[in-house]
Amino acid sequence: MIVYENVSKKYNDVTVVDNLNLTINDGEFVVLIGPSGCGKTTTLKMINRLNKINEGNIYIDNQNILDVDAVELRRKIGYVIQQIGLFPNMTIEENISVVPRLLKWSKEKCKQRVHELLEMVNMPYEENAKKYPNELSGGQQQRIGVLRALAAEPPIILMDEPFGALDPITRDALQDEVKALHKKLHKTFIFVTHDMDEAVKLADRIVFMSKGKVLQAATPEEMLNKPEDPIIRNFMGKLSYSRYCNDLTCADVMKKRILTVLETKKTLESVELMKHKEIDSIIVVDHEDKFKGIVTIQNIREHGKAGETISRITESNVDTVSVSTNAKDAFDKLIETNVDYLVVLNPDKTAAGIITRTSMTKALASVVWGDAE
Amino acid sequence: MTPFKFLEIYGEKLLIAILVHLEYVFVSVGIGFIIALILGILLSRTPKISKIIIPVIGVFQTIPGLVFIGVLFMYLGMKPITVIIALSIYALFPILKNTYTGILSVDESVKEAARGCGMTNMQILFKVELPLAMSAIFSGLRMSTIYTVSWAVLAAMIGLGGLGEFIYRGIDTNNNVLIVGGALPAAVIAIILGLLIDCIQKKITPRGLKGGK
Repeated sequence: MIVYENVSKKYNDVTVVDNLNLTINDGEFVVLIGPSGCGKTTTLKMINRLNKINEGNIYIDNQNILDVDAVELRRKIGYVIQQIGLFPNMTIEENISVVPRLLKWSKEKCKQRVHELLEMVNMPYEENAKKYPNELSGGQQQRIGVLRALAAEPPIILMDEPFGALDPITRDALQDEVKALHKKLHKTFIFVTHDMDEAVKLADRIVFMSKGKVLQAATPEEMLNKPEDPIIRNFMGKLSYSRYCNDLTCADVMKKRILTVLETKKTLESVELMKHKEIDSIIVVDHEDKFKGIVTIQNIREHGKAGETISRITESNVDTVSVSTNAKDAFDKLIETNVDYLVVLNPDKTAAGIITRTSMTKALASVVWGDAE
Repeated sequence: MTPFKFLEIYGEKLLIAILVHLEYVFVSVGIGFIIALILGILLSRTPKISKIIIPVIGVFQTIPGLVFIGVLFMYLGMKPITVIIALSIYALFPILKNTYTGILSVDESVKEAARGCGMTNMQILFKVELPLAMSAIFSGLRMSTIYTVSWAVLAAMIGLGGLGEFIYRGIDTNNNVLIVGGALPAAVIAIILGLLIDCIQKKITPRGLKGGK
C-alpha cells in the first residue's frame, strides 16, 4: 500500500503538488491524469524519490520512503519512462537484466528471467536477446522498457506516459499487453497519462489532478458518469463514445430482474408462473441456484406431461455469456444467433441476468444521448 | 641520395630516433589521457564551474609549444621530463574536452532510466555515461595522439632527440634529405597510430552504438 500524507512539492515558488493525500492499494491499477502541469508526473516520481518531497510523507507498506536508501528503494520499484531510455550500449538481454544484476542475481537466474519475460511478450529469446535497442522498432523497444521494469519482480511499477510517443496501433497493443500483465501479475501499477481513452481502458481507479490537487479519484465508470468538476467533464469530452461502449461489459447492460424456477417444479406450476408474468420462457436453476437451462411454453406444450418436473424438458443447450464478457460481443452474438435473449452467468454459474434486444437498444441510447439514470 | 644510401648511413640513428619519438608520444599521451579522463569526469559533474575552467585550459593550448618547452626548460633543465610534461599538457586538452562533452551529451532519458533502475552515481558513470561517451573520448585520443607525434619534434629543440633531430639538423645544414628523413617517418607514425586507434575503437564499440550517432 502506498500512502501520500499531506505531500507538497514546490519548484522555486511554484507549488506543483499541493498537500496531496492519496492511498493506493496493493494490486491496484491507478492512473494519474490531468492537464499538463497538474503535478501528475511529479506525484509519480516522488514515489521512487527521483523528485524530492518538500513537505509531508509517503509511506510504502507503512515505511516512510525517506527512511530507505534511495538506490535500494528504486531497485524495488519498476520504472518506465516515455522516452523509453533503453541503454544503447547494452543488448536487450543486458537491458532487461539491469536491475537483477544490480541486485547480484546469479547469471543463470538472470538468463532464465530474461527468457521468461521475453516469452511473455512473444519476443523469442533466441531472436531478440542479443540484439541492441536500435535494432528494434519503437513498440518493441518500449516492450523491453516494460520488461526491464518487471525484471526484478518489484511489487510496484511506475509508468510515466510510457506509450505517449508510440503510434496509435502500437499504443493500443501495448495497452492491452500491460493490462494483461497487470491481471496476471497482481502488482501495483501507477500510470501517468494525459489521454483519457488510455486511462479508462487501463485503470481500476482514475485519479484526476489539477493544479497539484486531486479533483476526483474514482473508477472509470464513475468518473465518466459523474465527473465532479467541470475540468474533468471537459477532459472527458475528448473521449470518444465508441470507446466507452467498447468498455461496457454484460454486467453493465443486462436486465438484472429475472425470473427463475427450481428444476424440481412441476410443469403446470411453471406455466402458471409464465402466464402470470406474461413471459414465454423461464430460467431453470438447481438447488444451489446454478443455471441449468431454460424452459419455454412451447417445450411444455410439445413434450410436457401434467405433473412432471420441468427438469426433464429443460433445454440446457442455450447460449450464455459471462458477466465480464464485452457487451459488444454479447450484442453480436444476440444478433447472430437470432435468439430472444442471452442468459448472463456469474463466474459461479448462477444466473446474473439476461440480455435482450431491449437491453441492447438501451445501452446504445445511453452512449448516444448520455445515461438516462 | 637514394633511400638505401640514406638508410645505410643513418639507419641506426633513425631507428633510435623513432623509438625515442614513440616513447615521448606514448608516455605523454598516456599521462595526458589519464589526467584528462579524470578531469573530464570531474568537470562533467559540475557543469557550472566547468564553463569557466575549460576555456582557461583552452588558453594554455594557444601558447606555442616552442615557448612552452622553452619556459619549462629554464626551470627543469634538459631532461626528458621537460618534454613529457609539455607534451602531456598538450595531449590532455582534446581528450578532456571530448570526455566532458561526451558525458554531457548522454541522453537525459537514459540517465533518468539508469537512476530509476537504482544505479548509484558510480554505476551510472561506468555502466552508462562512459560507455556512451566512449566514441567521443576515442576521437579525442586520436586527435591528441596525432598532434603529439608532431609536437614531439620539438624535443630536439632542447637536444633531447626524437625525429626532430633529423629535421633540425636538416634545417641547420640546409639538407633536404635529412628533413624529409625525419618528417616522413613522423607522418607515417601519425597515420599508423591513428589507424590503430580507429581499429581499437571499432573493436570495443558495441553494435548498438555503431551507425547513427
